[in-house]
Amino acid sequence: MLLDTKTPAKLLEARGITKHFGAVTALDGVDLALSGGEVLGVVGDNGAGKSTLMKVLSGLFRPSAGEILIEGKPVHFHSPADSHRAGIEMVYQDLALAGNMPIFENIYLGREPGMKVGGLTIVDHAHARRLAKEHLDRLQIHVKSVDQNVEDLSGGQRQAVAIARATAFDAKVVIMDEPTAALAIKEVGKVLDLIKRLKDHGVGVILISHRMDDVFYVCDRVMAIFHGRNFAEAPLKDTSRNEVIGWIMGTKGHTDTLAHDKVH
Amino acid sequence: MADRTNAGDENYAAAFAADRNWHSKLLGDYGIILVVIAMMLGLWAMQPEYFMTAQNLTNIIRQIGMNALLALGLYIVIVTAGIDLSVGSVMALSIMLLAMADKAGTPWPLVILVGPVVGTLIGIVNGLGLTLLRLPHPFIMTLGTLNAVRGLCNLVTDGRPVSGVSDQVRFIGIADIPLPFGSEFAVIPVSAILLLVCYCGVAWFMQKVSLGRHIFAVGGNPQAARVSGINVDRVLVFVYACSGFFAGLAALLMAGRTGAGYPNLGIGAELDAIAAVIIGGASFFGGRGSVLGVFAGVLVMGLLRNGLNLMNISAFWQQTLIGIIIVLAVWIDVLRRRSGQRN
Repeated sequence: MLLDTKTPAKLLEARGITKHFGAVTALDGVDLALSGGEVLGVVGDNGAGKSTLMKVLSGLFRPSAGEILIEGKPVHFHSPADSHRAGIEMVYQDLALAGNMPIFENIYLGREPGMKVGGLTIVDHAHARRLAKEHLDRLQIHVKSVDQNVEDLSGGQRQAVAIARATAFDAKVVIMDEPTAALAIKEVGKVLDLIKRLKDHGVGVILISHRMDDVFYVCDRVMAIFHGRNFAEAPLKDTSRNEVIGWIMGTKGHTDTLAHDKVH
Repeated sequence: MADRTNAGDENYAAAFAADRNWHSKLLGDYGIILVVIAMMLGLWAMQPEYFMTAQNLTNIIRQIGMNALLALGLYIVIVTAGIDLSVGSVMALSIMLLAMADKAGTPWPLVILVGPVVGTLIGIVNGLGLTLLRLPHPFIMTLGTLNAVRGLCNLVTDGRPVSGVSDQVRFIGIADIPLPFGSEFAVIPVSAILLLVCYCGVAWFMQKVSLGRHIFAVGGNPQAARVSGINVDRVLVFVYACSGFFAGLAALLMAGRTGAGYPNLGIGAELDAIAAVIIGGASFFGGRGSVLGVFAGVLVMGLLRNGLNLMNISAFWQQTLIGIIIVLAVWIDVLRRRSGQRN
């Protein structure tokens, strides 16, 4: 106990997260910890439970068992609005943007600036526009105009808007689900650099990715989930691509000679 | 040097895109208004001695009142990619109950509230049916209430109309405010002021209030709305409550015009309202449409009926033409979208 008080509380900690969907157990006692300014790569095969775990952390799903702590304090999320208030933001794989609405409205959707009147907000669009411009500039994201509808943007620009959305409210933790999966190659680098910039600002980032290039470019630590359980975890410098690929497939001690991408 | 040409090209492309957007925006947002103006000029030219008279114009405003209110409510629903088929029945039940309340000697300020309250309550039932029962599409829930509520209209009086609505209750639907100049027909119908207030109010709400923006977000991408912390179910219940509210208000208008409650009022009225919203440029797939467009859609249908009446053309032709216009209006919208799309 004495030791515990001396080690600083992690920014985000999940303990024993379990999630059942009917008879299916998607997550079975998964632990996860993240510090500020750290990028944690989460890998696993399709259906391993990565996305479910992230949806639990972002308040979209409620865990069947387990607890979530932020800076050592337990939190309970009943909706994404709760996790937003706690400083956790998520960039969804499908981006979850409203294509029929302009960039600035997407960034502030659900949290519009303006005058509060009995649970409603009289939105100050001019203010939202200005805030959006400043925020995009800070992230070095370039768009023609914040009034452009999101449906008129390229995949990379949409991804950037989704990230801008997730970081517009001083998030402590940003979770990204496959942020580069749908991007053209030249756009991938921009998104990864954006992640590095968040890290420099002290934000904790969880990156779900299938792309080993991405994981090994931005992450500090990598953890693997297999069949809904913690499988392996290591600082990036202590592991290798082939080992991580082995983890995804559920094998440990994966050596070069077993690597699937080598021709023997 | 190569960089500079490149930048130049990009600027040119941007300017070109902006230019094209300007054109398609004009056509998209205001095209229908141009159609309204063209129709008015056409009717004026064909019927110079009748069309532009104060009498005929106030007549048009009075005639479009019911459809204008139903369409306004449906517009809010259609923005969420929903549909409310029950508005005709809801209007009829509202008018029956308000006529009965009036007959029973209820003070008129309360009678005036009967329509909107009944409408809002049935709208909430529609919304709860959709969200709590998780019915697959609002078409089904509101098809249910279309029938159930119409049945109630007949049940409350055993199918008999209720006549003799008092003058105070009729005021909003029938009264005119005379203008200080012009002929005896130069008046502003009270119903026109009601329409103006409702349309401006909804336009402001949809544009400036967070809940209005959330309605657009739910129509554009419900999942995006959900993960943004918006309570999508609550938004949906709200939009069906709005649609019911305006159906109840339309009942008050009709009670004024007819002075009686008829259980058969507004059979098929929901289809006219949907037609007006679609002609006005709202998308059936949600997230798109303006209040101004809805009003233009209502006017197109109103002017068409008025013009064909002035020219003594059969009512059967009116329906045929409205059918053709619905298809044309949406087809033009499809063409516009296709030309406006990014390559």
